[in-house]
Amino acid sequence: MNSTIARLTATGLLRGWRGLLLALLPFVMLALALLVRMAFGIDPEITSGLLDTFNLDTVVPLIALIVGTGAIATEIDDGAIVYLLTKPVARGRIIVTKLLVAITVTLLFAAVPTLIAAIVVTGAAGTVTWAYTVAATVSGIVYCAVFLLLGVLSRRAVIIGLMYVMLWEMLVTGLVDGARALSIQHWGQSIAAELAPDAITASLSLPVATTLAVLVTGMAAWFATQRLRSLTLAGDS
Amino acid sequence: MTSIHIDRVSKWFGHVVAVNDVSMTIGPGITGLLGPNGAGKTTLLSMMAGFAAPSAGTVTLDGDPTWRNEQIYRHIGMVPEREAMYDFLTGAKFVLANAELHGLSDPGAAAKAAIDTVDMQAAADRPIATYSKGMRQRMKMAAALVHRPSVLLLDEPFNGMDPRQRMHLMELLRQMGSDGRTVLFSSHILEEVEQLASHIEVMVAGRHAASGDFRAIRRLMTDRPHRYLLRSDDDRRLAAALVSDDSVVSVEVDSEEEALHVQTSDFGRFTVRLPRLAADHGIRLYDVTPADESLESVFGYLVQS
Repeated sequence: MNSTIARLTATGLLRGWRGLLLALLPFVMLALALLVRMAFGIDPEITSGLLDTFNLDTVVPLIALIVGTGAIATEIDDGAIVYLLTKPVARGRIIVTKLLVAITVTLLFAAVPTLIAAIVVTGAAGTVTWAYTVAATVSGIVYCAVFLLLGVLSRRAVIIGLMYVMLWEMLVTGLVDGARALSIQHWGQSIAAELAPDAITASLSLPVATTLAVLVTGMAAWFATQRLRSLTLAGDS
Repeated sequence: MTSIHIDRVSKWFGHVVAVNDVSMTIGPGITGLLGPNGAGKTTLLSMMAGFAAPSAGTVTLDGDPTWRNEQIYRHIGMVPEREAMYDFLTGAKFVLANAELHGLSDPGAAAKAAIDTVDMQAAADRPIATYSKGMRQRMKMAAALVHRPSVLLLDEPFNGMDPRQRMHLMELLRQMGSDGRTVLFSSHILEEVEQLASHIEVMVAGRHAASGDFRAIRRLMTDRPHRYLLRSDDDRRLAAALVSDDSVVSVEVDSEEEALHVQTSDFGRFTVRLPRLAADHGIRLYDVTPADESLESVFGYLVQS
């Protein structure tokens, strides 16, 4: 962890349109939670629709995508990363710092609103509430690591990330059961299902989901470090 | 005293060879890396700064490879050509962040000293986003100087600067050079290099075309055969008169263009002789145009010599 890099990354993430979008998504979710609670009272089906289909399917990955790529891809794109790289700071430290900031921001804008929305729609801070919060936390962390890696690998990180979320996680995993083994969202849900098996369906066993989540997060951070060490800034000519 | 050694370095991107078998040593003092756009200067600078791996050969800083070695940045200060900085920060906070990243014991004092050096105290508390190009360039310099590096690499530092800013930066670099630091800057403008660097390295089309004292290379450039396009009221008689002159290597009558293509081996003598010859023969000159004065052709000549 490097406090200067953390400060620069956090400021970069929270300003401008990115900050607005980050604030808007959880705001919409919380507003919806309030609305459904007032209109329908406490209803398990609506709870699952909002917290599962809307929140875990859409809001959490989108926030992690904005944050994970924004934590490094913007600087690589415009070239400002050169001011971090021309320093005697280990590349692993740059990646770990940026990842920790990205995770913190994602949890703040995705997991915390999940907790509040779950309390609103379930009426209590019970196991279902905590299960959804755990699912958002776990998948938020893994998404951040993967999207940060994408940001180091490609200039089209946002598009690739969006395609993964929209095509793979939303479409393919719905059609092919086996595809869920490679879905970050389902790893989070499978871990959270241990807490509330009645509310959340596990598509993988706890050990498998945990191993995959930890392994992919670690590998993504390691690979991002390797790529950052070899980042070429050859200029225009 | 720090030197950069480039030993038989080539760099290719797919089928494109950007740098072709270049060897040079950059030592203390100011060195100008001169060449037309696309000559491979930026690629070479990137390799020196550890931002590109040589496809062949080695780039070392006092014996240590620059590629994948973040420790070199204790000795190197880099001023990139690209504009992007952390625009949301003020200049002072930007330079301070650079000092902190270097792990300096007193980053605040170091940042202040660097900002004083580039004479940017007055605008230091303004966001970088409000800076002019020249102000940005100076803050980039401050960021590069904050850890007092022994090597300073600058990629086209004068691009887009007004004359006053240019003079100020040149003065600053001269000071760095006389302090015994190794200063290397790239430029595609001959006059910039002439004013600043006594030692130059010329790159053309990825190759190391010339190296050494600026005046010697300048002489090479002016002494090369020159081509002219001439138009007059009697091209054939002018051609006959020119052929008899020692400074003229060849004359070609171009009846389609109604002009003469003349090649001379002695630029100085030819420019004195031509008007006299014309006057002696009662020929009126309509047009005297140097045909190969572009920088590329001047550099191209150096590659051949």
